[in-house]
Amino acid sequence: MLEIKNLHARIAEDGTEIIRGLNLTVKPGEVAAIMGPNGSGKSTLSYILSGREDYEVTEGDILYNGESILELDPAERASKGIFLAFQYPVEIPGVATMQFLKVAMNEQRKARGEEELTTPDFMRRVKEAAGELKIDPAMLRRPLNVGFSGGEKKRAEILQMALLEPKLCILDETDSGLDIDALKIVADGVNALRSPDRAVIVITHYQRLLEYIVPDTVHVLYKGQVIRSGTKDLALELEANGYTDIIGEAA
Amino acid sequence: MNIQTTNRLTAAETALIESYMSQVGELPGDGSVAALRDRLLDDLKKSGLPTRRVESWHYTDLKTLLRSVPTSSPAPTATQVDALIDGAHVLPVLQGQAQAAIVVEGVDVTAFSASLTDGTAAAELMALDKDDAIGKINGSFARDGYRLAIPAGISVETPIELQAVHGAGQVHARFPVSVGAGARATVIERHRSATGEAAFISSISEIVLEDRADMVWVILQEQGAEDTHLGQIRVRLGAESKLKLFVVNAGGKLVRQELRINVEGEGSELTLRGVNLLGQETHTDVTLVLGHNVPHTNSTEIIRNVVFDRAKGVFQGMIRVAPDAQKTDAKMACNTLLLTDDGEFSVKPELEIFADDVICGHGATVTDIDKNHLYYLRSRGIPENVARAMLVNAFVAEIVEELEDEKLVEALEGVISAWLEKHA
Repeated sequence: MLEIKNLHARIAEDGTEIIRGLNLTVKPGEVAAIMGPNGSGKSTLSYILSGREDYEVTEGDILYNGESILELDPAERASKGIFLAFQYPVEIPGVATMQFLKVAMNEQRKARGEEELTTPDFMRRVKEAAGELKIDPAMLRRPLNVGFSGGEKKRAEILQMALLEPKLCILDETDSGLDIDALKIVADGVNALRSPDRAVIVITHYQRLLEYIVPDTVHVLYKGQVIRSGTKDLALELEANGYTDIIGEAA
Repeated sequence: MNIQTTNRLTAAETALIESYMSQVGELPGDGSVAALRDRLLDDLKKSGLPTRRVESWHYTDLKTLLRSVPTSSPAPTATQVDALIDGAHVLPVLQGQAQAAIVVEGVDVTAFSASLTDGTAAAELMALDKDDAIGKINGSFARDGYRLAIPAGISVETPIELQAVHGAGQVHARFPVSVGAGARATVIERHRSATGEAAFISSISEIVLEDRADMVWVILQEQGAEDTHLGQIRVRLGAESKLKLFVVNAGGKLVRQELRINVEGEGSELTLRGVNLLGQETHTDVTLVLGHNVPHTNSTEIIRNVVFDRAKGVFQGMIRVAPDAQKTDAKMACNTLLLTDDGEFSVKPELEIFADDVICGHGATVTDIDKNHLYYLRSRGIPENVARAMLVNAFVAEIVEELEDEKLVEALEGVISAWLEKHA
């Protein structure tokens, strides 16, 4: 599903290299966890996958279903099924949440040559998905993310993911700022989306989230490279011993 | 220093004078009106159109910007369009002419030409001051319009639409409106081009709100791409009266909207909101002169501008607080979304405060679309042009929503979306 080959990328503005020869393969149906110390390039990787223009790929390639996506803009990538749940979702005053959801769903459908949703169909889908994530309907009447608590923002991200039905879900530290109850709700939402044709990349600092979203593979990112890959036991090892040993081995 | 130079007439000034000469004896009005018209035109001829040396016209040098004036053509080439809001009372002014015998329940409606013919309009045709070019032009040429009188205590539930539609040529319309004590009404003053051919339009609305009157007045200017629109609204607020004044500029090549407002009654409240959608190579000026003349009055002014292409915009906001107008509370803000390097917006707030116990403030911002907002929307599959339009819309939607009347909000949002789709 996703193949990242010898990827090098830098910040467009000042040329700082963040990703330095990264290789990663994620298969359909797989849940891959990416862990790593602060500053290892985890969030940058998620931004690059989504097509954020603040970063430049200087070498290597990203193949999604066998095709390079480097030339695609963020909207095109999203329409092809790539979804990034942000660590810090932005607040957008003046844009109504419901209007945003409807436009996003219909623009993706249009891009894929599918029929647009009727208003009743749209409303029904939102109601169902919001109910499962225990999202207060009052929240949906507010402008996008405006005045949402940290936990509400994360839940709103998962709501968008559920409605947009992406094929490759990237969760960037979705566990940060969540209490245990909210974490369970969010994890249930993600698990409900697990399917043989969908892959999930979970970026996290902590083993905690991986108790609820159990990964098939775990990859350690350090200085812009995957320095070690393994099974979910690798996450437990990291939790027990920290990153120092693994970094030492790689060096 | 005061150097008097003889005014060398520009092509536009010459055209105006010739246009007037060709209509002598034909413009409606009794002797007193005719004499006043002569005087106004003579004034205009002597002073010429205002230049940047006239302070209130500094950012809109009309003499330079107004390149030509089409000849007057009173033949109606325009037809009525659908009301902005379904079911509104439409009072059409087609090519500057009121249509006969329109009945709005509870409102006294007459053609303005009638008060020119009988001379009662003579006093109203005066210019407000020596720099009042719009007053001089409109006073010289005004042919028609509507006079509305809403009697005391009457609530007009259905909005009234003054629908000014024109083809090519010149149109000069006038709308005196009186709102009696405790009366309520919503009026939509709408200006639009039927053909897109160059036209020169002046329009003055004069609103008198008696005590406790409550009015919503919306100016929706959607003139053609070649049009010059000179609009003026004169307002007097009585005690405990309320006015929500919304000005939407979404058209025209050269536009000046003057808002001359006098707060004359204690406990009154003015809410001014402006949306300027500016694109192509156009020039749009909104000039407010607001006098808080008595104690205990409130006003808020928010102007939101969206600038595309090589468009230029101006907002001048003058608030005068008279010496005894204690406890005045006036807040003014002007926010601009500048979307191109070639666009321009000039803001000139002026507070003249002669009272010592008042709250008066102003602020101005100029920004581009927030990159992070744009990226977020795009990351959800919304193409860049759609995402931009959503964000620009959001910037002005906040203001329009303050109108509260759902149908009106929806209609104006429709106008704004359509404009953005065409220009963004």
